[in-house]
Amino acid sequence: MTLRDICALVEGVPVSGQSRLDDIVEFAFASDLMSDVLTIKRDQFLLITGLANLQSIRTAEMSDAPYILLCRGKEVTKEMLDLANEDDVLIIKSKFSMFRCAGILFGAGVKPVY
Amino acid sequence: MQFEYKVEGGDFTQAGHASSQIKKSLKQLGVDSSVIKRVVVALYEAEVNIVAHAYRGVIYADIESTGIKLTLEDEGPGIPDVEQAMRKGFSTASHAVREMGFGAGMGLPNISENADNLSIETVVGKGTTLRIEIKF
Repeated sequence: MTLRDICALVEGVPVSGQSRLDDIVEFAFASDLMSDVLTIKRDQFLLITGLANLQSIRTAEMSDAPYILLCRGKEVTKEMLDLANEDDVLIIKSKFSMFRCAGILFGAGVKPVY
Repeated sequence: MQFEYKVEGGDFTQAGHASSQIKKSLKQLGVDSSVIKRVVVALYEAEVNIVAHAYRGVIYADIESTGIKLTLEDEGPGIPDVEQAMRKGFSTASHAVREMGFGAGMGLPNISENADNLSIETVVGKGTTLRIEIKF
Protein backbone atom coordinates (compact mmCIF):
# COMPACT_ATOMS: atom_id res chain seq x y z
CA MET A 1 0.00 0.00 0.00
CA THR A 2 1.32 3.47 -0.78
CA LEU A 3 1.74 6.13 1.85
CA ARG A 4 -0.73 8.19 -0.18
CA ASP A 5 -3.35 5.43 0.32
CA ILE A 6 -2.54 5.37 4.04
CA CYS A 7 -3.06 9.14 4.22
CA ALA A 8 -6.51 8.76 2.71
CA LEU A 9 -7.48 5.93 5.08
CA VAL A 10 -6.59 7.81 8.27
CA GLU A 11 -7.61 11.25 6.93
CA GLY A 12 -3.96 12.19 7.33
CA VAL A 13 -2.04 15.24 6.23
CA PRO A 14 1.58 14.85 5.15
CA VAL A 15 3.75 17.60 6.67
CA SER A 16 7.23 16.50 5.56
CA GLY A 17 8.89 14.09 3.14
CA GLN A 18 6.08 14.40 0.60
CA SER A 19 8.33 12.91 -2.10
CA ARG A 20 7.88 9.55 -0.34
CA LEU A 21 4.08 9.49 -0.69
CA ASP A 22 4.22 6.97 -3.52
CA ASP A 23 6.57 4.64 -1.62
CA ILE A 24 5.00 1.32 -0.67
CA VAL A 25 4.90 -0.06 2.87
CA GLU A 26 3.88 -3.59 3.75
CA PHE A 27 4.40 -3.51 7.52
CA ALA A 28 3.62 -1.20 10.44
CA PHE A 29 4.48 -1.03 14.13
CA ALA A 30 2.61 1.07 16.70
CA SER A 31 4.45 2.26 19.81
CA ASP A 32 5.33 5.29 21.90
CA LEU A 33 8.38 3.45 23.21
CA MET A 34 11.31 4.14 20.93
CA SER A 35 13.55 1.47 22.46
CA ASP A 36 10.91 -1.05 21.42
CA VAL A 37 10.93 0.31 17.87
CA LEU A 38 14.73 0.01 17.82
CA THR A 39 14.53 -3.75 18.43
CA ILE A 40 12.83 -4.32 15.05
CA LYS A 41 15.12 -6.00 12.56
CA ARG A 42 12.94 -5.23 9.56
CA ASP A 43 13.23 -1.87 7.79
CA GLN A 44 10.93 0.30 5.62
CA PHE A 45 7.97 -0.14 8.00
CA LEU A 46 5.47 2.54 9.06
CA LEU A 47 5.90 3.81 12.62
CA ILE A 48 2.51 4.65 14.15
CA THR A 49 3.08 6.75 17.26
CA GLY A 50 1.73 9.44 19.52
CA LEU A 51 5.23 10.52 20.51
CA ALA A 52 5.72 13.97 19.03
CA ASN A 53 9.35 14.89 19.63
CA LEU A 54 12.76 14.75 17.96
CA GLN A 55 13.43 11.23 19.17
CA SER A 56 10.58 9.72 17.16
CA ILE A 57 12.22 11.13 14.02
CA ARG A 58 15.70 10.03 15.08
CA THR A 59 14.30 6.55 15.78
CA ALA A 60 12.71 6.40 12.32
CA GLU A 61 16.06 7.44 10.82
CA MET A 62 18.09 4.84 12.76
CA SER A 63 15.51 2.14 12.00
CA ASP A 64 15.62 2.76 8.23
CA ALA A 65 11.87 3.27 8.52
CA PRO A 66 11.37 6.82 7.26
CA TYR A 67 7.57 6.87 7.56
CA ILE A 68 5.82 8.20 10.68
CA LEU A 69 2.08 8.33 11.28
CA LEU A 70 1.59 10.78 14.13
CA CYS A 71 -1.75 10.22 15.83
CA ARG A 72 -4.19 12.21 17.94
CA GLY A 73 -3.47 15.48 16.16
CA LYS A 74 -0.14 15.98 17.93
CA GLU A 75 1.71 19.10 16.90
CA VAL A 76 4.87 18.87 14.82
CA THR A 77 7.36 21.48 16.06
CA LYS A 78 9.65 23.43 13.76
CA GLU A 79 12.63 21.48 15.15
CA MET A 80 10.91 18.22 14.26
CA LEU A 81 10.08 19.45 10.77
CA ASP A 82 13.64 20.63 10.16
CA LEU A 83 15.06 17.26 11.23
CA ALA A 84 12.46 15.31 9.23
CA ASN A 85 13.26 17.33 6.11
CA GLU A 86 17.01 16.88 6.67
CA ASP A 87 16.59 13.11 7.01
CA ASP A 88 13.88 12.84 4.35
CA VAL A 89 11.37 11.37 6.79
CA LEU A 90 7.69 11.44 5.81
CA ILE A 91 5.42 12.55 8.66
CA ILE A 92 1.67 12.09 8.28
CA LYS A 93 -0.52 13.75 10.89
CA SER A 94 -3.87 12.19 11.74
CA LYS A 95 -6.52 13.30 14.20
CA PHE A 96 -7.47 9.67 14.84
CA SER A 97 -6.17 7.81 17.91
CA MET A 98 -3.32 5.33 17.66
CA PHE A 99 -5.79 2.47 18.23
CA ARG A 100 -8.08 3.71 15.46
CA CYS A 101 -5.21 4.29 13.01
CA ALA A 102 -3.77 0.84 13.72
CA GLY A 103 -7.20 -0.78 13.38
CA ILE A 104 -7.97 0.89 10.06
CA LEU A 105 -4.59 0.03 8.56
CA PHE A 106 -4.65 -3.56 9.84
CA GLY A 107 -8.12 -3.96 8.36
CA ALA A 108 -6.88 -2.58 5.05
CA GLY A 109 -4.12 -5.18 4.85
CA VAL A 110 -1.04 -3.51 6.35
CA LYS A 111 0.82 -6.31 8.13
CA PRO A 112 2.04 -6.32 11.73
CA VAL A 113 5.79 -6.64 12.31
CA TYR A 114 5.13 -9.32 14.96
CA MET B 1 38.79 6.92 9.83
CA GLN B 2 38.23 8.42 13.25
CA PHE B 3 35.49 10.62 14.64
CA GLU B 4 34.86 12.26 17.99
CA TYR B 5 31.60 13.75 19.27
CA LYS B 6 30.82 15.51 22.53
CA VAL B 7 27.51 14.69 24.20
CA GLU B 8 25.84 16.83 26.87
CA GLY B 9 23.77 15.19 29.58
CA GLY B 10 20.11 16.22 29.47
CA ASP B 11 20.29 17.74 25.99
CA PHE B 12 17.68 15.69 24.16
CA THR B 13 17.66 18.06 21.18
CA GLN B 14 21.10 16.77 20.21
CA ALA B 15 20.59 13.10 21.17
CA GLY B 16 21.18 11.07 18.04
CA HIS B 17 23.36 13.61 16.26
CA ALA B 18 26.51 11.47 16.49
CA SER B 19 24.63 8.34 15.41
CA SER B 20 23.22 10.21 12.43
CA GLN B 21 26.67 11.40 11.34
CA ILE B 22 28.16 7.91 11.69
CA LYS B 23 25.28 6.48 9.67
CA LYS B 24 26.01 8.90 6.83
CA SER B 25 29.73 8.02 6.86
CA LEU B 26 29.06 4.26 6.81
CA LYS B 27 26.62 4.71 3.93
CA GLN B 28 29.23 6.64 1.97
CA LEU B 29 31.71 3.83 2.60
CA GLY B 30 29.24 1.34 1.12
CA VAL B 31 28.86 -0.76 4.28
CA ASP B 32 26.00 -3.30 4.11
CA SER B 33 22.72 -1.67 5.23
CA SER B 34 21.87 -4.40 7.75
CA VAL B 35 25.26 -3.86 9.43
CA ILE B 36 24.76 -0.08 9.40
CA LYS B 37 21.44 -0.56 11.16
CA ARG B 38 23.07 -2.67 13.90
CA VAL B 39 25.77 -0.03 14.37
CA VAL B 40 23.46 2.96 14.54
CA VAL B 41 20.85 1.27 16.75
CA ALA B 42 23.56 0.27 19.26
CA LEU B 43 25.19 3.70 19.06
CA TYR B 44 21.93 5.62 19.30
CA GLU B 45 20.82 3.67 22.39
CA ALA B 46 24.24 4.30 23.97
CA GLU B 47 24.15 7.99 23.01
CA VAL B 48 20.68 8.35 24.55
CA ASN B 49 21.99 6.64 27.71
CA ILE B 50 24.64 9.39 28.09
CA VAL B 51 22.03 12.11 27.57
CA ALA B 52 19.62 10.38 29.94
CA HIS B 53 21.95 9.38 32.77
CA ALA B 54 25.31 11.18 32.62
CA TYR B 55 26.52 14.78 32.99
CA ARG B 56 28.52 14.71 29.78
CA GLY B 57 30.40 12.28 27.57
CA VAL B 58 32.51 11.74 24.48
CA ILE B 59 31.93 9.27 21.65
CA TYR B 60 34.94 7.98 19.74
CA ALA B 61 34.34 6.06 16.52
CA ASP B 62 37.12 4.20 14.76
CA ILE B 63 36.11 2.85 11.35
CA GLU B 64 38.40 0.31 9.75
CA SER B 65 37.97 -1.88 6.69
CA THR B 66 36.96 -4.84 8.87
CA GLY B 67 34.59 -3.12 11.27
CA ILE B 68 33.84 -0.29 13.66
CA LYS B 69 34.96 0.29 17.23
CA LEU B 70 32.87 2.68 19.29
CA THR B 71 33.95 3.97 22.69
CA LEU B 72 31.51 6.01 24.76
CA GLU B 73 33.06 7.59 27.85
CA ASP B 74 30.86 9.47 30.24
CA GLU B 75 31.18 11.41 33.45
CA GLY B 76 28.18 10.43 35.49
CA PRO B 77 26.78 8.38 38.33
CA GLY B 78 28.11 5.06 37.01
CA ILE B 79 26.15 1.79 37.14
CA PRO B 80 26.02 0.20 40.62
CA ASP B 81 24.95 -3.23 39.33
CA VAL B 82 25.82 -3.95 35.69
CA GLU B 83 24.16 -7.37 35.71
CA GLN B 84 20.90 -5.79 36.82
CA ALA B 85 21.24 -3.00 34.23
CA MET B 86 21.65 -5.60 31.48
CA ARG B 87 18.35 -7.23 32.43
CA LYS B 88 15.46 -6.40 30.10
CA GLY B 89 12.96 -4.12 31.81
CA PHE B 90 15.26 -2.77 34.53
CA SER B 91 15.57 1.02 34.42
CA THR B 92 16.52 3.95 36.63
CA ALA B 93 15.42 6.54 34.06
CA SER B 94 13.61 9.70 35.11
CA HIS B 95 10.09 10.63 34.08
CA ALA B 96 11.55 13.16 31.60
CA VAL B 97 13.53 10.41 29.88
CA ARG B 98 10.44 8.18 29.68
CA GLU B 99 8.56 11.05 28.06
CA MET B 100 11.19 10.98 25.32
CA GLY B 101 10.25 7.39 24.51
CA PHE B 102 13.14 5.74 26.36
CA GLY B 103 13.83 4.43 29.84
CA ALA B 104 12.03 1.11 29.63
CA GLY B 105 15.09 -0.97 30.43
CA MET B 106 15.73 -2.04 26.86
CA GLY B 107 18.79 0.05 25.96
CA LEU B 108 21.72 -2.02 27.21
CA PRO B 109 20.17 -5.37 26.18
CA ASN B 110 19.53 -3.92 22.71
CA ILE B 111 23.11 -2.65 22.45
CA SER B 112 24.37 -6.08 23.47
CA GLU B 113 22.17 -7.81 20.90
CA ASN B 114 23.48 -5.66 18.05
CA ALA B 115 27.16 -5.69 19.04
CA ASP B 116 29.68 -8.40 18.22
CA ASN B 117 31.56 -7.37 21.37
CA LEU B 118 30.41 -5.16 24.23
CA SER B 119 32.33 -4.25 27.35
CA ILE B 120 31.23 -2.01 30.19
CA GLU B 121 33.60 -0.40 32.68
CA THR B 122 31.93 1.63 35.35
CA VAL B 123 32.87 3.39 38.58
CA VAL B 124 30.03 4.54 40.80
CA GLY B 125 30.17 8.31 41.25
CA LYS B 126 32.61 8.78 38.35
CA GLY B 127 31.24 7.40 35.12
CA THR B 128 30.94 4.63 32.58
CA THR B 129 32.83 3.56 29.48
CA LEU B 130 31.14 1.40 26.87
CA ARG B 131 33.15 -0.33 24.16
CA ILE B 132 31.16 -1.65 21.23
CA GLU B 133 32.65 -3.56 18.31
CA ILE B 134 30.76 -4.52 15.18
CA LYS B 135 32.35 -6.37 12.27
CA PHE B 136 31.53 -5.54 8.67
